[in-house]
Amino acid sequence: MTAIPSSLSPLAALRRLYRQPLIAGGVLLAYVALALLLLLNLDRRDVWFPQYTMLVFPLIVFAPFLVLESPLPTLAKGLSLALLLGVAVPLIGIYDSTYLELMIQISIFSALALGLNIVVGFAGLLDLGYIAFFAVGAYIWAVFTSVADTIFRTGFEFAPLTIGGNTLIAGFNVAPMAVAGTGLITVGSITLPLHAFYLFIFFGVLLAAVAGILLGLPVLRLRGDYLAIVTLGFGEIIRVLFNNLGEPGNITNGAQGLHGVMQPGSAFLIDPVNGIAGVMGVTLRTPAPVASQMLFYFLAIGIVGLIILLAQRLDNSPIGRAWTAIREDEVAAIAMGVPLVRMKLLAFATGAACAGAVGVLYAAKQTFVSPESFSLLQSINILAMVIVGGMGGIKGALLGASIVTLLNLHVLTNFALQINALRNIDYVIPAGSLFLTLALVTALVLYIIWRSTRSIYDAGQQLRSRLTGSVITLVLAGLLATRIVDFHIADWPSQLTPDKYQRFVFGILLVLMMLFRPEGLLPSARRKLELHREETVHEAEDIPDLDQRKTDDDFAAGR
Amino acid sequence: MTSLLDVNGLTKTFGGLVAVNNVTIQIQARSISAIIGPNGAGKTTLFNLLTGIYQPDKGSVVFAGKGLVGLRPDQVNAAGMTRTFQSIRLFHNMTVLENVMVGMHARLRVSLLQTLFRPPAFGRQEAHVRQRASELLRFVGLGGRGDEISRNLPYGDQRRIELARALAGDPKLILLDEPTAGMNPNESETAMNLFRRVRDDLGVTVVLIEHDMKVVMGISEHISVLDYGEKIAEGTPAEIRSNQRVIEAYLGRRAASEHPPLPAS
Repeated sequence: MTAIPSSLSPLAALRRLYRQPLIAGGVLLAYVALALLLLLNLDRRDVWFPQYTMLVFPLIVFAPFLVLESPLPTLAKGLSLALLLGVAVPLIGIYDSTYLELMIQISIFSALALGLNIVVGFAGLLDLGYIAFFAVGAYIWAVFTSVADTIFRTGFEFAPLTIGGNTLIAGFNVAPMAVAGTGLITVGSITLPLHAFYLFIFFGVLLAAVAGILLGLPVLRLRGDYLAIVTLGFGEIIRVLFNNLGEPGNITNGAQGLHGVMQPGSAFLIDPVNGIAGVMGVTLRTPAPVASQMLFYFLAIGIVGLIILLAQRLDNSPIGRAWTAIREDEVAAIAMGVPLVRMKLLAFATGAACAGAVGVLYAAKQTFVSPESFSLLQSINILAMVIVGGMGGIKGALLGASIVTLLNLHVLTNFALQINALRNIDYVIPAGSLFLTLALVTALVLYIIWRSTRSIYDAGQQLRSRLTGSVITLVLAGLLATRIVDFHIADWPSQLTPDKYQRFVFGILLVLMMLFRPEGLLPSARRKLELHREETVHEAEDIPDLDQRKTDDDFAAGR
Repeated sequence: MTSLLDVNGLTKTFGGLVAVNNVTIQIQARSISAIIGPNGAGKTTLFNLLTGIYQPDKGSVVFAGKGLVGLRPDQVNAAGMTRTFQSIRLFHNMTVLENVMVGMHARLRVSLLQTLFRPPAFGRQEAHVRQRASELLRFVGLGGRGDEISRNLPYGDQRRIELARALAGDPKLILLDEPTAGMNPNESETAMNLFRRVRDDLGVTVVLIEHDMKVVMGISEHISVLDYGEKIAEGTPAEIRSNQRVIEAYLGRRAASEHPPLPAS
């Protein structure tokens, strides 16, 4: 009898099986088919709909990552990704456009996370004002195309500037812009068709890159915390600037923001969308917004695709090596011929450019832009995406953006909706299932903690047995609790709906990440090394204590 | 006779402390020279001044006919002067090969457009960089270890990586800051041979700061002695060994009067 090697746990055996491309392909296909089937069978009228959508839609979002991490050959991976993102998602979008909206948001935040990852992850420059570049992109489109009463719409007049009787600048007038909705953008005497939107994406890139360099110049000598503070200030300056450019000449419409921002033409997509909807057996009451969402979706994933290419090529080049060197040791890098100023400015500029491109898209998609959308919290949000995903890695930034965006816009929102729905029908959770669930969740959490602490403290024997004990106690307590009262959802305090403590959940997530997986979910190989130093260094005892031999000179050199 | 490096009246003060005081040194091309002196004599500060990490208060540095004062460290590197550090400053989480590749940065055509659009020239340059870095690793005795993470290599090998990284920029002159610190006599011997090969095989002028007198006397053709930031002596190893001021600087005046000259290597 041939026995399975005893060292091979069932999980390891499954993993080994999954390493075969054919099996992995089959599993992935089944996974995607199941997810699609579940999603397309959801019924909005069902009282449990929020819960189902909350659980099912993330399956679709994570599918591309499963494909990327699978052992499939590159060509098969590319094909699967194209099918998933180019066919499956648009179909879901036609079925229910809220999913398309979510995918656009995820793509926009992915682009931002990828851009910030160039600055923070590649070059190691902590930037807390990153959202400012996004704002620059958004405003450049919104300012020229909003229906708000900006100087571009009302026309403006510059009085001649004279000092001591000498005219320095002659006065001039700018004619008002054409009425919105004509499909034309008119600034002064220049008239552009609405397709200029695509040109404006390019302008957004340029202008944001310039802003990146402007931020970079004063902070070149700063590192770490000092750099973070200055970039934070820069982000606020840009926001306050947009907030105050409402007068005397109204450029940004101040705190009210710019509404009625134009969108690029998407009429050409209405027929195809209607056609596909007909085949799917879905009737679209208003196909125009779906067509426009479809356009934004493809634009957004297109931009993300380009940024991925950009980041990969930068990382794998002399520029990428120079950035890593700067991150590791600035003094050594410059002494080895790396031009610090150029390389840092390049990092700021390319990172900012990504945000600028996607900012233009964002303004057109939202048709509304206000300074409020570009707060410090958003910068931190994007930084959190990079950290959750794994700093320095491209896949990591994408995963981080997906998870955090899903959590903010989908999971927590739908959880709140679910509770409201249940409150409305006065749903009662039987005490038994409630406590059993609680006990199981507690047990699971404690188990995870146990697993993690085991790797941290080797002498955790005592702790482990204590934890095992508490798990058993809790399960027993849960079982006993089945005799306790039922829970009326209507009693759930309205202060406690999940959308109200989003930041709290978010904070807990970050704390747990930093405790148990500081390198992020999909770390770059190098980051992983940096954070798990003690586990890989060998022969450390052979190394004499360098710090004790360091002279004052060396200290002054910047150690 | 023209010298490769001409340091004239170099002075640097930190607050009230005169770290380097009016130092004048000439380094001949294709020579091996040493700069010695007690701890705190200003040797490393001198290296930092030469490589642009500090700017001098006074004095001039002329290297291969070009004034270096006012240049940034990366420009000094591009001009052909490179260095290693007293406490190893590798890019610890990069691979050994990548470390050496970074050292070539100043010699590369680094353009954003080329990086993004990848014309054939880009691929050729990357292949060349990789090949040259491997050659240098073989030269310092680390052939075949390019893919290891540099932090994981033992101390002596890390010193070799630093040397290979410094040599990657095709320098005319290399400044080695205590290159054999922490090595046992055997390792020091191997290192000395390596430094000789740097000069003989690659034609690179070598200047080293060193405390190990065996290394200093064994390898240098010319020695300059610093004490309290001032150059107190210079000459051949034999001259330095019998120089009364040098002995005083190292041992103190009274002990020096009772002590025989420094041992021959």
